[in-house]
Parts: sequence; C-alpha cells; structure tokens
Amino acid sequence: MNPEPSNLATRVRRHAAIYAALWRNSVAREMSFKSNFLLWIVVEFLWFGLQLGFIDVIYLHTDHIASWSKWQVILLVGASHFIQQIFQAFFLTNCTQLSELIRTGRLDFMLLLPMNTRFLVSLRQVDLGGFVNGASALVVMGYAAKQLHLLPDAAQIAGFFVLCVIGIFIHYSLMFLLASTAFWTVRAQGIVWGYYSMFNIARYPDAAFQGFFRGFFTFAIPMLLVANVPVKLLINRLESPQQLFWLLGMAIVCFIISELFWRLSMRHYASASA
Amino acid sequence: MQKYWHVIKIGFANTLVYRVNFLFRCAFGLIPLLASIYLWRTVYRDKSGDVGGYSLAGMISYYLMVTIVDTLTAVNEDDWQIAADIKDGNISQFLLKPINYLVYRLCLFFSGRIIFSAVSILPVGIFIFCWRSYFVAPHGGVALGCFLLSTILTGFLQFFMSFTMALMAFWLLEVSTLIFMVFAFEYIAGGHLFPLNILPPLVANVLNYTPFPYQLYFPVGIYLGQVKGAALGRGLVIQAGWVLFFYVLARVVWSRGIRKYSAVGG
Repeated sequence: MNPEPSNLATRVRRHAAIYAALWRNSVAREMSFKSNFLLWIVVEFLWFGLQLGFIDVIYLHTDHIASWSKWQVILLVGASHFIQQIFQAFFLTNCTQLSELIRTGRLDFMLLLPMNTRFLVSLRQVDLGGFVNGASALVVMGYAAKQLHLLPDAAQIAGFFVLCVIGIFIHYSLMFLLASTAFWTVRAQGIVWGYYSMFNIARYPDAAFQGFFRGFFTFAIPMLLVANVPVKLLINRLESPQQLFWLLGMAIVCFIISELFWRLSMRHYASASA
Repeated sequence: MQKYWHVIKIGFANTLVYRVNFLFRCAFGLIPLLASIYLWRTVYRDKSGDVGGYSLAGMISYYLMVTIVDTLTAVNEDDWQIAADIKDGNISQFLLKPINYLVYRLCLFFSGRIIFSAVSILPVGIFIFCWRSYFVAPHGGVALGCFLLSTILTGFLQFFMSFTMALMAFWLLEVSTLIFMVFAFEYIAGGHLFPLNILPPLVANVLNYTPFPYQLYFPVGIYLGQVKGAALGRGLVIQAGWVLFFYVLARVVWSRGIRKYSAVGG
C-alpha cells in the first residue's frame, strides 16, 4: 500500500474499500447476537410509540398546536425519528465510544493507521437496527400523509430526503463535537446523554416556540430546523426558500466547528496508555 | 451498622468525582422539559379553559414537580453498575464478606442521590426561579407531608424495581434492552411525559393497577392536590404495598440468582 497517498482519487477509493470492510464486520457482529439485535429494535419501537402516544394525548385536548394539525405533527415526529435513526445507524455508537477509546488508549492504534482518523473513529461501526427503525418511521409518515390527503410529487420527495441527509449531518457534527470534549473531561457520557435528550426538541413544530428559545434552537443549535424544514417542504408550508439555506448553512458551520475542535483536541491528546 | 455508614461515605466520594458530569446531565435534562412547557403554553394560548383539570400554572407546576421528584429519586447508573458487577464477577467479594449486597447498593443509591440533588440545586433552582410566577404552592399542609412521605416511598420503589431488574444479569447476557424497555413504560406510565389523569379515564384506571404511577406521578399528584381525600390514603397504602412487594421480590430473585452464579472472572 502506498504510504503517502498523493492524489485524492486513490485516497477516496482506499477509504471506500475500508468502509466496505467495516460494514462486513458490523453485519457479522450483529448477526452473531441475533436476539439482541431484534430486542433493540423492539426497544426503539416502544420509544417511537411513546412519542406518538404523547402527541395523541395532547390532541385529545386540543385540535391544533400553533396551526399544526395532529397528522402534520405525526408526520413531523416520524421525520424526526427517521433522521435520528439513520444518524444512529451510521454515527451514534461511534460518537459515544470515543471517550472509551481515549480512556483506554486504544485511540493510539487508530492514530497509527495510514488513514484519516476522524473517518475511522466516526464510521467504525454500523448499527443495522437503525435502518429497520428508520423504515418504521417512514411507514408512520406514509400513514400520516394518507390521513392528510397529501400527494407530494417526486421532486418534493427527493428534496425531503436530501434535507434529511443535511439534518443527519448536523446531528453528527454536533454529537462529534460534544464527544470530543472527552479529550479534556475523560468521561463525556453526561454530555453525550445530554445531546441525546435534545433530540426531543427536533420533533416539535417550530411554530410552538418563540423568542430566545426558538432563536437559540434555530441559529445556535439548529434542532428546530433539522426535521421541521424537510416536513414543511412535504406539506407545502415553506414560506420562503430562506429556511432551506439556513439548514444548509448551519450544517456547514457545524461541520467546520466540529472539525476545528477535533484538530485542536488531537493536538491536546497525550495518550492514556503506558 | 457502622460498616454501611462507611459505604455511604465511599459513595459520596465516588460520585463527587463526577459532579461536573452530573451538572451537565441535569442542565441538559431541563431542555426537553422547557420544550414541553412551551408546547403546553402554546396549546393553552389557543384554547379557553383547562386541560383535564389543569390550569396553565397547574400544568407547568406539574412538570416542575416532576423534575424535583425525579432528581431526588431516579435511578440512573445503579442498575447498570449492578448488572456489570454480576457479569464481571465483582459480587464474589460480597459473598465472602459479612455485608448484604442489597443494603450496600441501597447505601450507594442514597449517597448518589444526595450528591446529584445537591449538584442539581443550582440549575433546577434557576429554572424554577424563572418560572416562579407559574409555580403553585402545595395543596395544604397535609398534602405537603404526604408528598414528602410518598417521595421517600418512590425512591425505595425506584431502587427495588431497578435492583430486581438488574439481577436478571444472572440469567441473561444482555440486560440493557430489558432496562430500556421497562424505562419506556416508566417514562409514559409513570407520568414523565404528561400528567396521567389527562388520559381517558379507562386508560388511567388500568395504569393504576401497575406500579408505574407510583414511581413518579403519585407524589406529584399529591403535591398539586390532584390526588386527595380517600384516594390519597388508599394510594399511600398501595404505594407502600408495591415497595414491600419489590423488596421481597428482590430478595427472592437475589437468592435464586446466587445459586445460579458461577463467579466469572473470579
């Protein structure tokens, strides 16, 4: 193998080959604990049902939340769950395990490998259950769309998925940023857990919030953009294309910040092993 | 009893190490709570009158009280640690010493909660201060007394249920799925997401036959005067009954588990 991959194409090809190997590895691991794999899917099902139950209970007592009808909110909860599950499939375990890699010093071995360390740390494992749960979210969205007599055209659907990918990228950048604080605090579980609890906000209609809260979770931590913008595209509620640009812009900003912080952390890293 | 006092002191020292972690955890935990409050405020703004017997102030106070009771009584690491102790063979040392593992764990739970609550005073205090105009006083002196008693019972119930569940590690390789499943039920049926009495009466009644409402909803309901009179006395007896039930269950499961135990890793 060329120790100094000079051009971009070879590097990309090599990383793709490595990623394929990581996938095979993950599939083999998941399949060796089949019952556990299925049980985790059941757990996620329960939590998804619980979110839907909450919305259902609220709408027992009102017929709209700031101009959002029940099935529109269900559509939003579904989209938020979809984004979260696909994020979970690719990135979540890897982010939460970063503090473990630092604490045990296993990160040293990864630093020695002739490849981008962030790439390896971020994509080491694939959580296949996330795809199953993501599919269940799409089923719920389909049902909600039927209740709304919604028939989005192909462009809308394609746009929806593109916006979802941007949303996943935002989640990833922010989670990775928080996970990187483990270089200083060693135990970052509290922080990672904290971000996880913020996922909750993404599934609420942005119009339900005002003032500082809304501003903060739109422009500082863009939780209220991640799922709201793709759903608004589907239900024809986007007042202007401005929100699309905000979503994209925030994704780029979040990624740049997380990359800068990662580089800073790398320089700070002093290794834990002997 | 002095040995358990030492355990409590060790628990203090151990959890104090993670105080910053606790602070983050608590502060982040307030964000979804804030979101729920805003959501309800939007619902109330567009309709006149109450929701299932709750005024806006009542509803907001409900969530504030949930935060307080949860901070004081929730199990957050103990079950994982107990399961890990069993899997890694760490409990062998307790079998050889004149120390009761259940009491040992209870002491650690107690000290952990004290530290967590102490750390939480700052963020929770600020949070409640910001919402003070909506914060209602307890529904009379009796309610306050019963609330405190019920909160203590809730702590015991939380602990014994988690302890029993973590003991499944004697039989199962992986208990985290089980813990998360039960946690999901606790979350919705315990009243974390919304007050249980805004549910359709049939559903709310069925839930009352499970231990979940007594893990959170019940003390909060007492404080707000949603549970009162005969239902209050009866509820306290039922809650104490559940505590006793899970205590006995924990002892039984423990003694059976020990027979199954093979001291992995020794």
